[in-house]
Amino acid sequence: MNILETRHIVKQYAQHRALDDVSIDIPRGQIFGLLGPNGAGKTSLIRIINQITGPDEGEVFFDGKPLSQEHIGRIGYLPEERGLYKKMKVGEQLLYLAQLKGLTERQAMEKLKEWFIKFDIKTWWTKNVEDLSKGMQQKIQFVATVLHEPDLIILDEPFSGFDPINANLIKDEILELRQKGSTIIFSTHRMESVEELCDHIALIHRSKKVLDGPKKAIKEQFKTHTYHVEYQGVLNDLNPAYTVLDKKPLEDGFLRANIRIPRDAEVNELVRNLIDHVSVRAFGENIPSMNDIFIKAVGEVPN
Amino acid sequence: MKTIFLILKREYLVRVKKKSFLVMTFVTPLLVSCIWLVPVFFAMRGIDQKKVEVIDENGKFGNTFKDTKELVFKPVNMPVESAKKEFGKSGYDVLVHIPKDILENPKDLKIYSEKNVSLEVKRGIEKAVEQEIENIRLVEAGIDRKVLESTKVDVSSDTFSLSEEGEKDSSSGAATGIGYFCAFIIYFAIFLYGVQVMRGVMEEKTNRIVEVIISSVKPFQLMAGKILGVALVGLTQFLLWILLTFGISTAASSILGQSVGPQNRIEMMANQPGAAKTPPTEKAKTEQKNSPMASVFKAISTLNIPLIIGCFLLYFIGGYLIYSALFAAVGSAVDSDTDVQQFMFPITIPLVLSFIMAQFVIREPDGAVAFWMSMIPLTSPIIMMVRIPFGVPAWEIILSLTLLIGGFLGTAWLAARIYRVGILMYGKKPSYKELAKWVFYKA
Repeated sequence: MNILETRHIVKQYAQHRALDDVSIDIPRGQIFGLLGPNGAGKTSLIRIINQITGPDEGEVFFDGKPLSQEHIGRIGYLPEERGLYKKMKVGEQLLYLAQLKGLTERQAMEKLKEWFIKFDIKTWWTKNVEDLSKGMQQKIQFVATVLHEPDLIILDEPFSGFDPINANLIKDEILELRQKGSTIIFSTHRMESVEELCDHIALIHRSKKVLDGPKKAIKEQFKTHTYHVEYQGVLNDLNPAYTVLDKKPLEDGFLRANIRIPRDAEVNELVRNLIDHVSVRAFGENIPSMNDIFIKAVGEVPN
Repeated sequence: MKTIFLILKREYLVRVKKKSFLVMTFVTPLLVSCIWLVPVFFAMRGIDQKKVEVIDENGKFGNTFKDTKELVFKPVNMPVESAKKEFGKSGYDVLVHIPKDILENPKDLKIYSEKNVSLEVKRGIEKAVEQEIENIRLVEAGIDRKVLESTKVDVSSDTFSLSEEGEKDSSSGAATGIGYFCAFIIYFAIFLYGVQVMRGVMEEKTNRIVEVIISSVKPFQLMAGKILGVALVGLTQFLLWILLTFGISTAASSILGQSVGPQNRIEMMANQPGAAKTPPTEKAKTEQKNSPMASVFKAISTLNIPLIIGCFLLYFIGGYLIYSALFAAVGSAVDSDTDVQQFMFPITIPLVLSFIMAQFVIREPDGAVAFWMSMIPLTSPIIMMVRIPFGVPAWEIILSLTLLIGGFLGTAWLAARIYRVGILMYGKKPSYKELAKWVFYKA
């Protein structure tokens, strides 16, 4: 069951088509990576899901129903450009933001207490936001995003501005939220975190969706059928069906080679063939990284 | 509605809790009170009477000088030289020497005192002597003293306006004053609070919190909550200003009243209209009628006060709403203070223009310019308030208010269209052409 589906979304600005026939399905209870180079249309799509703007064409369904005002309380949004009221006290501010999402003051208070204990930030309650460091403000904003326990959480570059310790803390929170049943849309350029966290991805490039599906399936799709081997000896006279892509000596007298095999070939055959010729120390399949896939699909380096 | 209320509450509380709000609210009444209490204070000190010794060598003046608020005359019979010697012990402030030939040489009058005599005292004495010399000469010319006294009259006029209800008292002075006052308050409030709305919008935009907020509420709700919240701040501030000014002034004037001594105080009270303690003698009555305060009150009472207050509130609110919506749109369109000027300018033109035109309208409250400017929603809050104390036909007021409401709905719609796009636009400063495009973007 998908928590969110977009159908043929088109968003047109004066000179520029920001989204062109974008349809994606976001399965419930997963971490969904929304990828794409700068200016591809990710933010436009996120704004449409948040009902900040509306699509010119197409529809959005939340839980099978057309997206409407009643869903606002079930979505939490952390924009890429963070911001809070600088002159407002942390506690008051979080209470206000939670109330805008439809919580009562009492409900908000109870949930805030839990978070303040969890993050060990009890002393911040009466501080003005402007007196906190940038990282501290980010933490506050993360709390504001997830406080009302939304079913769908949209995080735009959630790790930017965090030091590694706090980034880890937030990562654990994201995983815990998924555990509790929330769905997370995760928009980022950082492919290592996509690798680590995402179950599903969609890639938007030049206003169009160019790729989507479960991460595993996509990796399968981008498999190059190449294998690496570390060996000693002379790597000639292999089965002519196998192509040796490159060879390079390692520091300790071993060599490392990449070998491509035909799509329908058996890996075991390759191993047997190798053992006949050289002494093998290590062998493995070259699985494409998200970074490779991104570059291949977009033709650009993620920045 | 609940969301608008939440936003309104935050906007209100944040502003009311600010130090600058508290300072403004409490210091302004102090200043205003000072502005009118200081002159009153000094005026009351001036009532300090000077005792004047009069040596009349001519013999014709005798006891004829009348005491005034500033001067008490006392004739003495002694030679000038000994009077001068004993002056220090006599307890008098001023010694006046009228020489024998004063009628022939009026410039020979001499005034002695220990300290320098103030110009006011000098004038007072000279005037008294002049008056007497004039009288003496007139009597010598054969005119009876009684005739002389009966020629002294004090003229002041009452103006009346003729209408279907017949003759009724009117005072164009009071109408002008009230009209101007109301217009100024509206002008001032629109600027003061309109700019606050604009700053609030800009703050949200530059802080980048606006994206979070409008993922929870509609841009229109955010704009409406802000405008209404600031309106409440304005009402609170004005109410406190009125109460505090009144309170401080009353307290201060009662303290001042005690410090000037009982004699003057009674005199002051006698001069106040409606002072109950002094018996209403014939003299007091005429004084009451002629005192300036009383005539102001009388003039004001001839105006249609409930109508003026009602219209003031309507135009105050209407004018604020129209302009603050425009200010909100400006705030949403710009990124930085430096860009504000360009967009502020066209908004302030009608406001400033109507304030300038107000003085022409006051001279001709029924002219064509006055009529049209009191119909156009952007100028009517100021121009109509100037006209109303002079009397405006009911249909004109109704039409003007209808147009004002229509104008507000129009500007609110326009502002909301610009606002919802503007708050998400960062980077380059938009042109007017782009603003126009934003209006027609699909939401």
